[in-house]
Amino acid sequence: MLTLKDLKPGTNAKVLRIHGNGALKRRIMDMGMIRNTEFSVRKAAPLGDPVEIHVRGYELTIRKNEGQLIEVETINA
Amino acid sequence: MKIALAGNPNSGKTTLFNALTGSNQYVGNWPGVTVEKKEGKLKENPKVIVQDLPGVYSLSPYSPEERIARNYLIQEHPDVILNIVDASNLERNLYLSTQLAELGIPMVIALNMMDVIENRNETIDVDALSNNLGIPVIEMSASKNKGTKEAAAAALKAALHQPVNCRVQFDPAIEEAIKKIESMIIEPVFKRWKAIRLLENDEYILERQNLSSEQLNHLEKVQKELEQKFDDEPEGIIADQRYSFIEKNLQNVYKKKKGFHLTISDKIDRIVTNRFLAIPIFMAVMAVVYYLSLNLVGTPATDFVNDVIVGEWLQGGMTSFFESVHASEPVISLVVDGIIGGLGAPFGFLPQMVMMFLCLSFLEDCGYMSRIAFIMDRIFRKLGLSGKSFISFMISTGCGIPGIMAARTIENEKERRMTMIVTTSMPCSAKLPIIAMIAGAISGVSASWQIAWATYMFGIVAIIISALVLRHTRWFAGETAPFIMELPSYHWPKVMNVLRQTWERCLHFIKKAGTILFACCVVTWFLSTYGITSQGLQMVDIQDSLLAKIGSSIAFLFAPLGWGNWQAAAASLSGFVAKEQIVSTMGVLVNVADDTGEVPELWSAIMVMFPNFLAAFSFLVFNLLDAPCLAAVSTLFKEMNSSKWSWMALGWQMFFAWSMALIVYQLGSLLFYGTFGIWTMIAVVILIIYIARMVKPYTDRKTASKNLVEAGA
Repeated sequence: MLTLKDLKPGTNAKVLRIHGNGALKRRIMDMGMIRNTEFSVRKAAPLGDPVEIHVRGYELTIRKNEGQLIEVETINA
Repeated sequence: MKIALAGNPNSGKTTLFNALTGSNQYVGNWPGVTVEKKEGKLKENPKVIVQDLPGVYSLSPYSPEERIARNYLIQEHPDVILNIVDASNLERNLYLSTQLAELGIPMVIALNMMDVIENRNETIDVDALSNNLGIPVIEMSASKNKGTKEAAAAALKAALHQPVNCRVQFDPAIEEAIKKIESMIIEPVFKRWKAIRLLENDEYILERQNLSSEQLNHLEKVQKELEQKFDDEPEGIIADQRYSFIEKNLQNVYKKKKGFHLTISDKIDRIVTNRFLAIPIFMAVMAVVYYLSLNLVGTPATDFVNDVIVGEWLQGGMTSFFESVHASEPVISLVVDGIIGGLGAPFGFLPQMVMMFLCLSFLEDCGYMSRIAFIMDRIFRKLGLSGKSFISFMISTGCGIPGIMAARTIENEKERRMTMIVTTSMPCSAKLPIIAMIAGAISGVSASWQIAWATYMFGIVAIIISALVLRHTRWFAGETAPFIMELPSYHWPKVMNVLRQTWERCLHFIKKAGTILFACCVVTWFLSTYGITSQGLQMVDIQDSLLAKIGSSIAFLFAPLGWGNWQAAAASLSGFVAKEQIVSTMGVLVNVADDTGEVPELWSAIMVMFPNFLAAFSFLVFNLLDAPCLAAVSTLFKEMNSSKWSWMALGWQMFFAWSMALIVYQLGSLLFYGTFGIWTMIAVVILIIYIARMVKPYTDRKTASKNLVEAGA
């Protein structure tokens, strides 16, 4: 399963499914990461984690650990 | 009449709030939590209360801010919701609007940052948006003061006349499910909202609806059907539906610029959060904050207020006045030392507080603060802290009071509380004379930069240990805050916002912390100047005072730490007035006048209080880590906004200091002198518990989320 955690900076991708439940899943979805949402990975923080993504016209940061819950597929921009 | 101001963080809510209320504001905290609460009166009509709700992305029941916002809306039932929507971030901002609209409270959307949209050459058809949502939409550029009055007027009009007409509609299958659930709810208020919450399995609402087991079965059946149809759980389906609704309704409304383009904000971030430059830039920014608030303004101005204004002018002036009228000594002492000293204390901290808040408000307002969290998260999350905690720790090396207040910028409540508990472990400037004194007493040479450096390292290590141990106590265990955060676009802070925020925060400190501090100062003045003599209660020197009596009655507690004599205990007690007081108290006790800790005669004289250098060192450890001075404790009580949490924090600080000193003294004695006893064993047990707690942490969370992933897959 490919997740957000595995994506390199510069990749464009699409959300397939948000795993997990409760607060974490809800928070991810509240921020606009839902099925079929397209986003791009901007960069990783200087110490490698968290990562910054561009989604719905704004910048969102998320830890790789939490990124594991976001199943994705890469797309061509 | 009440207007509730709701919106996402960084949507310009503060600017609008300031524009609407002007100087008629009250800033406080929401009951029982550390979340800031702002309330004001409408400038044009003081009968209208404007309630600023915490900035939230959603009305989910998970974070304290979200709970506060939704509880306010359903319990206080404001007359109208004024929802600020950032037009430059439309989809995500409207997500909250779809939730607010469900409540059925009259509502107006203030579409902010329209100037940004114009600059981007994009267009938003406001009428079409308003029509799609069934909610009046007012264009606004709050930072340019355009449209704010119109927004308020529209809100007032809506409060009086608007028929509630929510057009946020989901897929027909879901609408049907909502209807079914609505039929189970008896009260008509917030019916649709409650039904959707029930569908989402919101525990708070489930508890309050008292559904029969039959109804619960029915609810479960409805949920199951939807889960099968949409292949997701109800909470996910609803979030999905909200965004689909928004996307569909923006198609004819929002004309976006095509293609990818770098904004100014992106260009700044290319440098500021760059892999190699980010940390050096962060360090430089921190150095500037430190220099401005502590070196340039903080210490000189604080010394000026304390020594010249309070000390020379007020206290000196009053003393000569009283002496000239031959007032009695207790009266002079009460007024000069007790009252003026007590009232003066909070003002002494004010200059550095002003400067620090100016710096922090600037960093918050311009958007850099969230980058700090982004850059430093990797290091701090293992401790259950935020990257922003670093600012607190850094400020605390100057003074713990602004250090504790700096924790306000941390969003997550647990991280904020943890930061406030551990931050005073950093040696503040008032602790430096103690360090100089003990270091001098142990080594016989004047304390130099090596010792100062070693103490800061010690402070950092103490914070790490304390935080790691606390993280696994039941107070901090449980739901860890997900780090899923917006990095807002950079913008120039509004001067008025920065100034006003600084002013409000300082005023709040004076009003709240100042009153507790005043009481504490008067009490400790009494304890340290009065003693029971053969003639009854009288003014005495500190060694005969009530404070010394208390010191000797608790001295046994410090025996395992190697310094169970009343002098050392009384000196430690006097440190709660101000930490540097420990040095002058010890000086008085051994008859050497000194308040810098740099006098060699003092070094040899105080060693009589300690059997060996380990005891002296354990005394230092205890006094560096224990609860801070009363001024900082008052601040802690105020900022924690919960006496339970404050007492717990104090209890932990005292126990942690005591146990660390115990470990140092007992294990040191075992190593150097081969002594072994019951306390050695206790020290070893505590050490093992600490290590076990520290090692345990992060693994279980990682495996937990791995399990989640596997379960989902």
